[in-house]
Amino acid sequence: MLRLDCPFCGLRDHTEFTYLEDAEHTKPDFRDADADAWFDAVYMRENPRGPHREYWHHGLGCRMVIAVTRDTVSHDILSVDPAHPEMKAMLSSAVPKKARNSGKAKA
Amino acid sequence: MTGFRRKTGGLINRKKPVEFRFNGKRVSGFEGDTISSALLASGIQLVGRSFKYHRPRGVMSAGPEEGGALFNVNDGARRIANVKGSMAEIAPDMAVYSQNAWPSVRFDIGEINSLAAPFITAGFYYKTFMGPVASTKFWMMCEHFIRKAAGLGTASQIEDPDCYDIAHEHCDVLVIGGGSSGLMAAADLAEAGKSVILVEQDFMLGGWALNTTDPEGQSQIAALAARLTAAGGCIMTRSTAFGLYDGLVTGVIERHTDHLNQAHDSLPRETMHIIRPQQIVMATGAAERGLAFGQNDTPGVMLSGALSAYLGRYGVCCGQQAVIATCHDGAYHDALQLKSAGIDVTVLDARHERPAIAAQAEQAGIAVLEQTVPISVSGRTAIASVELGSIDEAGQITQTHRHIGCDVMGMSGGYAPVVNLLSHRGVKPEFNDELNSFCAGKTDLELFHIGGADGVFDTDEAVRSTEQAVNRILKKRVTARKAHKGWKTSQMRPVFEISVKGRKLKSFIDPQHDVTTHDIRQARNEGFVSVEHMKRYTTLGMATDQGRMGNMLGLAVMAQALDKPVSQTGITTFRPPFTPVSIGALAGRSRGQESTPIRRTPMHHAHIEAGAVMTDAGLWKRPWYYPKAGEDINDAYIREAARARQTVAMVDVSTLGKIQVQGPDATEFLNRVYVNPFAKLPVGKARYGIMLRDDGMVMDDGTTWRLADDNYLMTTTTAQAGPVMSFLEELLQTRWTDLRVHLSSVTDLWAGMAVAGPQARALLAGAIADIDWSHDSFPFMGVRQGHITTKTGKIACYAARISFSGERAWEIYVNAADGDEAWRLLADRVTEHGGCLYGMEALGALRIEKGHVTAAELDGRVTLEDAGFAQMAARKTDYIGSVLRQRPALMDENRPRLVGIYPRDRRKSFSAGGILCAEGQVQGFGEGWVTAVTHSPALGHWIGLGFISGGVSAWAGKTVIVADPVRNSFIEADIVSPHMYDPSGDRQHG
Repeated sequence: MLRLDCPFCGLRDHTEFTYLEDAEHTKPDFRDADADAWFDAVYMRENPRGPHREYWHHGLGCRMVIAVTRDTVSHDILSVDPAHPEMKAMLSSAVPKKARNSGKAKA
Repeated sequence: MTGFRRKTGGLINRKKPVEFRFNGKRVSGFEGDTISSALLASGIQLVGRSFKYHRPRGVMSAGPEEGGALFNVNDGARRIANVKGSMAEIAPDMAVYSQNAWPSVRFDIGEINSLAAPFITAGFYYKTFMGPVASTKFWMMCEHFIRKAAGLGTASQIEDPDCYDIAHEHCDVLVIGGGSSGLMAAADLAEAGKSVILVEQDFMLGGWALNTTDPEGQSQIAALAARLTAAGGCIMTRSTAFGLYDGLVTGVIERHTDHLNQAHDSLPRETMHIIRPQQIVMATGAAERGLAFGQNDTPGVMLSGALSAYLGRYGVCCGQQAVIATCHDGAYHDALQLKSAGIDVTVLDARHERPAIAAQAEQAGIAVLEQTVPISVSGRTAIASVELGSIDEAGQITQTHRHIGCDVMGMSGGYAPVVNLLSHRGVKPEFNDELNSFCAGKTDLELFHIGGADGVFDTDEAVRSTEQAVNRILKKRVTARKAHKGWKTSQMRPVFEISVKGRKLKSFIDPQHDVTTHDIRQARNEGFVSVEHMKRYTTLGMATDQGRMGNMLGLAVMAQALDKPVSQTGITTFRPPFTPVSIGALAGRSRGQESTPIRRTPMHHAHIEAGAVMTDAGLWKRPWYYPKAGEDINDAYIREAARARQTVAMVDVSTLGKIQVQGPDATEFLNRVYVNPFAKLPVGKARYGIMLRDDGMVMDDGTTWRLADDNYLMTTTTAQAGPVMSFLEELLQTRWTDLRVHLSSVTDLWAGMAVAGPQARALLAGAIADIDWSHDSFPFMGVRQGHITTKTGKIACYAARISFSGERAWEIYVNAADGDEAWRLLADRVTEHGGCLYGMEALGALRIEKGHVTAAELDGRVTLEDAGFAQMAARKTDYIGSVLRQRPALMDENRPRLVGIYPRDRRKSFSAGGILCAEGQVQGFGEGWVTAVTHSPALGHWIGLGFISGGVSAWAGKTVIVADPVRNSFIEADIVSPHMYDPSGDRQHG
């Protein structure tokens, strides 16, 4: 089971989340009429061996979309941030990361 | 002479005798006995028959590596197959049966297979029965008999009467294995402030220490356990760590009641614990492996360590004259323990150099034969003697024609660290030359193997390896010198298969699956040169013990056949579960009704009281139809649908997805997600909208109501409520991060009911007095707020003039808490107006008549054009999917388009799922398909919706065949507009 350190909720099982999509490439603007660009964005995937940035949705938690960097070989979770860039900036300036994520319970 | 219980000794409770039945006969043992120890103590040596050749099987081990003593336990629904006698505790009145033996374990007809054994080698059945006649039918006929002849236990096939649970745990350190090393590590870590859980698969703590007759070992174990408990650590016995997963998440099965042999008032049979530790200490010990020599599966041939385990832990002598065959120092400790109990012991040591420990053995009265190996064993259902061979420095074995009589034999080819769990993480074990075994591979995981699991067998070295792991976890300085692997005293000699030139020996390496060394060589000769292929061809290591006793022997034989060192042939991958796991435990409470949540609308009980037959719509329970006395489903839905067209009828629409879209940019947001513009929608109006996915396919449809300038209520289909919400959230958080929009899922906050029919207006005007229901004041797609008058007060509601049925209709939304009361009030009025309630089936009939689409049509492969919505799409503005929907192939006019279907002979019916074919060309995928069929009360015949290439214009005047080849039904049909009833919409607009 993957464990994802949600920036809003703390360390949680991946069963609370849904994988959304590849976050390596941004989608074209909705006004962008370039069909090739849209085709690439919707269908073409790199499938890298190693770190891969992807969006996950905390559907059974805070319902925020998070950007996860996952190593596709080892399944190591290298980073987890809010997908929303301004939220990411606000969170990282407001609270030191260690204080936020006390995911482990004291038995 | 066979096994017997000694007068004293062992960790059994002699004050508590336990009687159970073995193949119907009463056998007694003591509390603390396993099935195997009790049988051995009662002198029972033959316990079962093997998988393929039906060879006699005896107890072979004292642990989870057991390959011979497998039993069916109990009768009826609680019967469990392949129970390892070496692990299962006995309980009063437990019924234990031999497996794979008929009519009895002593006289087994299947043993005739053994005579044919030279032919029944790897791949025999497939080669013989699939080849010559080359017919699948013939193979299927043969397979029936083959399956009957082969096999292990028999599952009960009755629903499991026990309950199971799933528990979630967190800790700093999980220690797997409750032997000396594991307990020491756990106690030290707990005392240093770590939260520690220790799991042990056995019902007693102690590991190897349990097997010695030395009482000091026991008191040390008790002291460590007391320290761990005092420091707040948690100890779980009868708990097997069966799988290691990502993030060190560990699956552990705790067995609560099997040892009681009856259900417990308050305990489940088993609990699956999902443990999430920060670090793991693997104190899983090491498993002994056997040697491959002739007839080495004869009852009485056991692992050497098992002989001392039965003696030390259970006070059972497995025989009086023992031969122990080995190639390392470890087995001498077994020999010494046996000798101290008065058993005659001869040690056969394959090594060339005399080990120091041999002198100690001889001093104790043990006969030590150096450079000696067992070639073969004689005795059919019990060992009688061992034939000896001599092994020279190069490993060449010659016959000595010498035999030693014995009644039990211990074999030991070495110990393999138990590294299965790390292998679950994809870390390949590495071959260690000193141990001649595979050890844990290198890993960055926060996971430490200690003691036997680290290949360290000397006590003081095991302490060192434990201390080093503890210091690493506590981030203390760690001494540089690693703990010494193997035995300090003298080296082992790698001995795997004992073969003599010119002799055909039947040497088993997997006693559970009857795999011999010959099978491995045959696999090699037939081209299976990778160990993974060899494993699958011979089934070596694929039985319930996962090849614990024989895998290493098989790899060695394979290496020899390939003329490569074992280190290069590699090892097959261990996968979860470590030992077999009940399916029930994995499911926990998620079974039957609890397997999925049930969603009920606020009006659920009113539907039940009204006699509704309910149906599942996703997780929801919805009324299907409301039968009157004597009505079947067809009578009921046709009556209900007709009533909606003629007078008035009401349906529960609470299950529709509802999303509140709020904020200054809400309008812009809707403009972007819907294909049709929302900018000019006034407050107090609703609009039907369609959303696409990025790829241009239709995702969902529904109405969205503008409640205020910056406040909308979006409705979605029941099926897509969740996915639409998630997609909208993703858009706001990843793509349109500048839009000031807030979304809330309000599906469960509103109860919705649709009132449809010519009398709907009059009915609602009577029920909700504070809304002007006249057409001019409340036009189609209007949204109003009002109150339903009740006897004691009023219920606030929204009314929206929306029609899914095609009739003059309104949807009334009230607070979910008021849903039941509002529904009952309106239902009474429906009855007063001569109407009725209607369910899903009538809802379907009404919407098919109108050509309104649902999930049956919007299946993710449909474009706006396909569904007939192209004219709705905004031309000047962009929206999600606006680019890719215009790909040339998607704009092709010959794509399947939504159409209505009439049977040519209007008296005939046809079925949904049928294929639409051109006349005379009923073949392949046809030209299209049928998505929905109903009897139309308005039209008086059966009608359908479907998709067909080119749509109505391509098929006007032509005959189409609705083909249902499976039911042999071929109906001629006409293709018509999907708007089959009231195409101009006069009824809903009136």
